[in-house]
Amino acid sequence: MAISKEEIIHIAKLADLNLSEAEIEKYTKDMQEIIEFANTINNVNTEGMGETIGTNEKVNVLRKDEVVEFGNRDGLLQNAPSQDEGMFRIPKVLN
Amino acid sequence: MVRDDYEVVIGLEVHCELSTKTKIFCSCSTEFGGEPNTHCCPVCMAMPGTLPVLNEKVVEYAVKAGLATNCSIEKNSKNDRKNYFYPDSPKAYQISQFDKPLCYDGHVTIETENGEKEIRIERIHIEEDAGKLNHDEYGRGSFVDLNRAGVPLIEVVSKPDMRSSAEVEAYMRKLKSIFEYIEISDCKMEQGSLRADVNVSVRKKGAKEFGTRTEMKNMNSFRSIVRAIDYEAQRQIEEIENGNEIMQETLRWDDISGRTFSMRDKEDAQDYRYFPEPDLVAIKLSDEYIENIRKSLPELPESRKKRYIENYGLTEKAANFAVSSKYYSNLFEEATKICNNPKTVGNMIMSDIARILNEREEEPDSLKFTGKELGELVSLIDKGTISSAIAKKVLEELFNEVKMPSKIIEEKGWVQISDEGAIKEVVMKILENNAQSVADYKAGKDKALGFLVGQAMKETKGKANPQLLNKLFLEELKK
Repeated sequence: MAISKEEIIHIAKLADLNLSEAEIEKYTKDMQEIIEFANTINNVNTEGMGETIGTNEKVNVLRKDEVVEFGNRDGLLQNAPSQDEGMFRIPKVLN
Repeated sequence: MVRDDYEVVIGLEVHCELSTKTKIFCSCSTEFGGEPNTHCCPVCMAMPGTLPVLNEKVVEYAVKAGLATNCSIEKNSKNDRKNYFYPDSPKAYQISQFDKPLCYDGHVTIETENGEKEIRIERIHIEEDAGKLNHDEYGRGSFVDLNRAGVPLIEVVSKPDMRSSAEVEAYMRKLKSIFEYIEISDCKMEQGSLRADVNVSVRKKGAKEFGTRTEMKNMNSFRSIVRAIDYEAQRQIEEIENGNEIMQETLRWDDISGRTFSMRDKEDAQDYRYFPEPDLVAIKLSDEYIENIRKSLPELPESRKKRYIENYGLTEKAANFAVSSKYYSNLFEEATKICNNPKTVGNMIMSDIARILNEREEEPDSLKFTGKELGELVSLIDKGTISSAIAKKVLEELFNEVKMPSKIIEEKGWVQISDEGAIKEVVMKILENNAQSVADYKAGKDKALGFLVGQAMKETKGKANPQLLNKLFLEELKK
């Protein structure tokens, strides 16, 4: 399966990335290799094997439903480029 | 409303905020309101290096919702990452579920004008809510409040089984009522705890294929949902009749103009690039866990309805109404225990209480008084202390201030007049002043009696014992 330049541009757009011509060339080639690797995995014979859910052997890592207040809003907001009345201020978003 | 030769097809994605104390992946409070960004921490603000940990109550509540809506429960579940950019989502992705939702293949039964109908549920999955954007009118920008980011949601996806806005309303009300009964959400639509994405398409009757659908997101009132569907179905039919094609797109419903508008955001087909969430582990549920939750479910509306008909002698209509909301149902049971008159209690809920709520544009969850007050009120009618006309007035009072009805009638001087002498005086006076009606009655016009009784009621401000009044009038008229 070959990946096209158009697909790379589409994926870049979805990821909100602006790629230069040279980068598009490079990523088309890189992505091709990634897909070939995925194809290798896809072709492994898994007959008789159970379904894998997640790659971590642990399951059910859960938390009790108990409130812990973080209590430091100023700390959370301190790196915001702009803030107002305890909120992040961002360029106007139109709905 | 919709043309006879067309059929509307509607499917719903209902989002319901779970009433856990804490968020889905961190220990911040889920409380509604609160100063902006005070129910936040590095996890729900997506600071680098933080990791989510799933709240066990979220799993429990979602499984409850699944069992109460006849779903199968997925014993090997997991979370997935849904990628999109929007400032209300600090991580630039939402942790949701893709191919292994906790619950699948369920259904609920709704009442329609043609009897009962089953609406199938495709799946129920867990996910996190987004934050809130505030816009200021001076154009200085938008302001992000992440208190709601990470509040747990279940999303209930129906099959496209509904065929009218009335069925959609019945389905939403049913889900709301079930979730209230099992106490997994406060279901307050005005606060956004329950909202729906509505998918609408139309097709010629008898057609096998579905038409192209449009979607209206985040609808949070029954009235808007009904209006939006009726409008959108009509619009689609007109487009088709005019030879145009329906575009698959997201629309915005505007309540003020009563129209839908294109959001023009579908240049790229939605592509969320889902993949298994690497920061969380699998959710494996044992049969024992699921059975324990099943056993913990309270009695659901279907079973309550059956009991109300069989044990309390309610009509099907009154029973349906009494179980339509947990708040009505609890009110009914508590009041009946006190006054032992289920029929009157059932009727009062269905006609008087529902009417007053409707006039006040309120939902049953806003009822302030309990079965204790309603039970006493019905007892007072049964004992002849007040007439049912006065009881209605007492009910109105109960909506304004919760007090025992006996206290209200005492304060207002509404105790029924059952003293024969006093009533007879009124009867004589009315007969004297209404000679024409008396003549009419004697000439065979039975209706005239009703008029005379009405006058006497007016005279006594509704306080006269109606049976006694009738009896005395008849006695006098026979003379």
